[in-house]
Amino acid sequence: MAFSNMSLGGQIQKASLKGRVRGSESSAKSITFLILLWLGLLIAFSVLLVLIVTTLLDGYTRLDARIFTNYPSANPEKAGLRPAILGSLWVIGTVAVLTIPLGVAAALHLEEFANKHNRFNRFIELNVQNLAAVPSIVYGLLALGTLTLIGVKEKNIVLGGAVALSMLVLPVIVISTREALRAVPMEIRQGSLALGATPLQTAFRQTLPSAVPGIATGSILALSRALGEAAPLLVLGALVFVRFDPNGLLSGYTTMPIQIFNWTSRPQPEFHVLAAAASIVLLAILIAMNAVAIIIRNRYQRRW
Amino acid sequence: MSTLAPSRGSASGSTRGTGSLKTKISKPGERVVLIVLRLAAALTVVITIGIIVALLLPSIQFFAEVPIFEFLFGTRWAPRFADASFGVIPLVTATAWTTGIALLVAIPLGLGAAIFLSEYAHPNLRKTLKPILELLAGIPTVVFGLFALQFVQAVVFKQWLNLDTGAFSVLAAGVVMGVMIVPTIASISEDAMSAVPQSMRQGSAALGANRMQTTVKVVFPAALSGILAAIVLGISRGVGETMIVAMAAGGQAQIVTNPLDQGQTMTGFIANAALGDSRVGSIEYNTLFAVGLLLFVITLIINYISIRVVRKFREAY
Repeated sequence: MAFSNMSLGGQIQKASLKGRVRGSESSAKSITFLILLWLGLLIAFSVLLVLIVTTLLDGYTRLDARIFTNYPSANPEKAGLRPAILGSLWVIGTVAVLTIPLGVAAALHLEEFANKHNRFNRFIELNVQNLAAVPSIVYGLLALGTLTLIGVKEKNIVLGGAVALSMLVLPVIVISTREALRAVPMEIRQGSLALGATPLQTAFRQTLPSAVPGIATGSILALSRALGEAAPLLVLGALVFVRFDPNGLLSGYTTMPIQIFNWTSRPQPEFHVLAAAASIVLLAILIAMNAVAIIIRNRYQRRW
Repeated sequence: MSTLAPSRGSASGSTRGTGSLKTKISKPGERVVLIVLRLAAALTVVITIGIIVALLLPSIQFFAEVPIFEFLFGTRWAPRFADASFGVIPLVTATAWTTGIALLVAIPLGLGAAIFLSEYAHPNLRKTLKPILELLAGIPTVVFGLFALQFVQAVVFKQWLNLDTGAFSVLAAGVVMGVMIVPTIASISEDAMSAVPQSMRQGSAALGANRMQTTVKVVFPAALSGILAAIVLGISRGVGETMIVAMAAGGQAQIVTNPLDQGQTMTGFIANAALGDSRVGSIEYNTLFAVGLLLFVITLIINYISIRVVRKFREAY
């Protein structure tokens, strides 16, 4: 404390000597500090830019119709991403159907109805926070163990992968939905209750609709995380040669990230180009989803 | 929020209101909906119990064959060899290397970016850069893995820097993982610093401090709990990250002494071993879960420390 007082005193003296209040802003120390901060930002952004540019440069030559229409093949000239794109759609669609209603329901309970002083409810809160920090691959092991326990032989099915990813993103959706609900002012609930609505009517007709933009943003971000995730599916054996369109919840499948992993780990450089091309497709989808989420948040979220 | 809690409490506590309110609350059907909501919340606990059971059952079988002491402190990891050995230390050291390198990259870059955005950047610049940062946080880890293997390791390390390294290295995986974590750390610590009230900065400036002094001695300490939470989240993401290490760190389990060597992390082992089809109940299959259990326990401990640290350093305004 003494040290900081001294240095502050020093600064004041220096400033007054120079005859201007902001004199100390241009001291060598604070300029170096600012340059370091700049560098941090610059390096972080430029590496991420290099990542995107190298992926584009590596992959654009192979980014043609074959990527979208062809099936994986041992011949890199003929190989495509079609079943992986469809597989990703199946899995993500299932994840959305499973997690959004569940996550919103859980968040509604925790935020609107749960007695905050109840031990069990506090435990649920802590537990949700904990689950959000569990490594994704552990969810793969959980799904693998569960499927084994209930006697499912063929583990590489759409439903299995979707359940693993659902458990992974459920806490994310619960947390973001709670934040969205918390941002709705108390007066709206009180007004509704004063008009004679039951707490449940208040929640479903006032609070929840007001929180929809926040919930939508959180859900899209969570789904895009599930879309880019590969580790849990790898554990469930999604790394297979799929030469058919997945056609149901029990169908075999592979997803885009898994296909990228597969192509990257092959020795022939042609496959690495394919991996880069597939990465461009995946990146484009994810960036589009994230952008939509950010736009919804910035444009439709109400500030009270 | 705390002042609002009682009113919510009474809204949900159905027995307390007046008679008319009581009948409305117990409207037919509403009870059922409330119970459904409660069940959805309770499901998250079921998931945790599921994780513990799913990891424990095969792990118990595993530890029946391999003494737990040998597993935790053994220095040779060779589960598929004829003279199998299950010492997990090589996997743990590789995880420590990749996570450590990642933090060395991510903490300075992430905090630098966060401080700049929160304290120095023009509001308009911040409004543009923050969403881009969040967008970058959404890049999937396989794409980072491809980048680590094909560009950082193959081009930068081997061709440009001429480093003495093979096709894989712990360093490439760690550095790229660090870059992956930067947006997370930057975004969360920026939120924490932006939440520090403006009056504190003004007070500091009024005492004659310049921006750097205000940032380092006032804003940073005030936002410390949020910043530490961001770093701890970075650590747990690093420990749990799978695809980057599976693709770029290599598949040879050895005690890593040089970051240019390859090494297999805990997650890398699980990912690679899961590729081979192991029979349910076999020792190879159970090994997956034993390593998964260790990974789960490590992240639990990190998370517990995080909650404690955040509580300790939290400053409420």
